[in-house]
Amino acid sequence: MLKIENLTKRYPTGDLALNGVSLEVAKGEVVALIGPSGAGKSTLIRTINRLVEPTSGRILLNGVNLPSLGSRALRRARRTIGMIFQEFALVERLTVMENVLSGQLGYVSFWRSLIRKFPQSIIDEAFRLLERVGLEEFYDKRADALSGGQRQRVGIARALLQNPEILLVDEPTASLDPKTSRQIMRLITELTSERGLGAIINIHDVPLAMLFVKRIVGLRQGEIVYDGDPDGLTSERLTDIYGEEDWTATVRKKGSDQEEEDNGEENDDDLPQAAMSLSRREAAGRQAGRK
Amino acid sequence: MPTRTLNGTKVWQRRDRATQFRIWLGWLIGTAVFLYCWRIISENTEWEFVQDAHIQALDMASRMVPPRWSYTPTILRPLWDTINIATLGTVCAVAIATPVAFLAARNTTPSLLVARPLALMIVVSSRSINSLIWALMLVLIMGPGVVAGIVAITLRSIGFVGKLLYEAIEEIDERQVEAIIATGASRPQVLLYGIVPQILPAFAGISVYRWDINIRESTVLGLVGAGGIGLELQASVNILAWNQVTLIFIAILGSVVLSEWVSAKIRHAII
Ligand SMILES: Nc1ncnc2c1ncn2[C@@H]1O[C@H](COP(=O)(O)OP(=O)(O)OP(=O)(O)O)[C@@H](O)[C@H]1O
Ligand SMILES: [Mg+2]
Repeated sequence: MLKIENLTKRYPTGDLALNGVSLEVAKGEVVALIGPSGAGKSTLIRTINRLVEPTSGRILLNGVNLPSLGSRALRRARRTIGMIFQEFALVERLTVMENVLSGQLGYVSFWRSLIRKFPQSIIDEAFRLLERVGLEEFYDKRADALSGGQRQRVGIARALLQNPEILLVDEPTASLDPKTSRQIMRLITELTSERGLGAIINIHDVPLAMLFVKRIVGLRQGEIVYDGDPDGLTSERLTDIYGEEDWTATVRKKGSDQEEEDNGEENDDDLPQAAMSLSRREAAGRQAGRK
Repeated sequence: MPTRTLNGTKVWQRRDRATQFRIWLGWLIGTAVFLYCWRIISENTEWEFVQDAHIQALDMASRMVPPRWSYTPTILRPLWDTINIATLGTVCAVAIATPVAFLAARNTTPSLLVARPLALMIVVSSRSINSLIWALMLVLIMGPGVVAGIVAITLRSIGFVGKLLYEAIEEIDERQVEAIIATGASRPQVLLYGIVPQILPAFAGISVYRWDINIRESTVLGLVGAGGIGLELQASVNILAWNQVTLIFIAILGSVVLSEWVSAKIRHAII
């Protein structure tokens, strides 16, 4: 459904953020994109809906080459691409309902959006989505009155109200605590399978990615260096992606994989050791990585 | 550099020697210039006049009290005019300054090479001329009266409101805007959902603040014939009716206090 061919992005500053990336995401397939800070993960998903203009390469969404679209056709294409952000990116001074409804802006006229007169079917759907993400009582609250986890749920509802075919998710859990992170990741992966949505999820938390996503793509300095299932992500592969480190706490032990997932809510606390030791290392990597 | 090695230990200072010296030199030159200017001012002042200033002031004060209360009905109408000049002037200025601000802000301007410099020109030229001078010119062009005052206040306020507003627009959180763009919204919709909610508090605050300033500025516009209470002020000064001047001062004080109170209330309600 989504096919990226030889995508390259060089920023005006000279940074080569993407260097000939090719990637294919099938309908309903969820991909976790991992890689060190500055690897180009955000750049990759932002070139897909052209928040960042690619330098060269093709991005085919259902056969349509996105980089070649004019502004009107681009807006139409963007409607089918939902985006979820690390810092939630809700419009802080609007209510939860207005934020969710803004997912429909590509479909309604300027006048209707001005007077907030959305079709009743859309409002029904917005309430259904708010209920699905567990925020049905919050519809009239202002977005800046919500906690991080609640904001991200609103962000998810907004993206889904677009009725997208694919979700672009940029570090959905990086601003959340370990438990909320897992709940949000579970919500996103559940919703994608319920609706048969494809998704690309940028994520720093490798154990979390391995827990919820079946296909992992590793990016390093703008090039794909790993593409496979979580079990194949051995110490050597992680070293390829991130560089030399002691990866024993991160690599998945054979046989222990699905249990955690199935036990669900109860042992939401058993992961953090691995997750946190990794994120501490990443924090150090982040500093070292920035030139 | 602020650290240097002295007998094997690292000594840290706030500034190195050269910087310290330059700062010291700056102060020396500043003081010298100040003293020189003081001398020029002093040479051009008739000190005999200054010396008995306190006597003159006391004399004037004694003629200013008590205020001539019976004059009140005469100034009510001009006072009302003054408030109207300020309010209408502010409304017109905000209406014009808002599009100008969107043209001037780096992140919303349709063209960096044409629209933005043009909008900045409007802002700068409006800001560089005092409303009293605008009024002076407008009275010559349009004749004396309230309309000249309104236009003067408008012209002066466009720059003020435009500048503060375009700075507010440039400071918005771009991520919220990107999120709206990513939904496939059109440009006007992005403006409506991504930008307007973010600048609304600034917009209200700036408008009310300018209205508050305009109440004060419009009180003097009458001095050059542009209507309002300034006309009465000038008339009273001309006939040396100092007890009427006092009453006008009290009226101005009252309206300024009132406008402070109203604007504080409005700002509080919106933000
Ligand atoms: N707006 C920009 N202008 C110039 N260079 C940029 C810009 N955004 C990103 N870059 C550069 O592009 C490279 C990739 O950045 P990107 O943000 O895509 O990395 P990332 O993998 O998302 O990192 P992180 O994990 O920290 O979010 C970096 O070298 C970065 O410095
Ligand atoms: Mg990123």
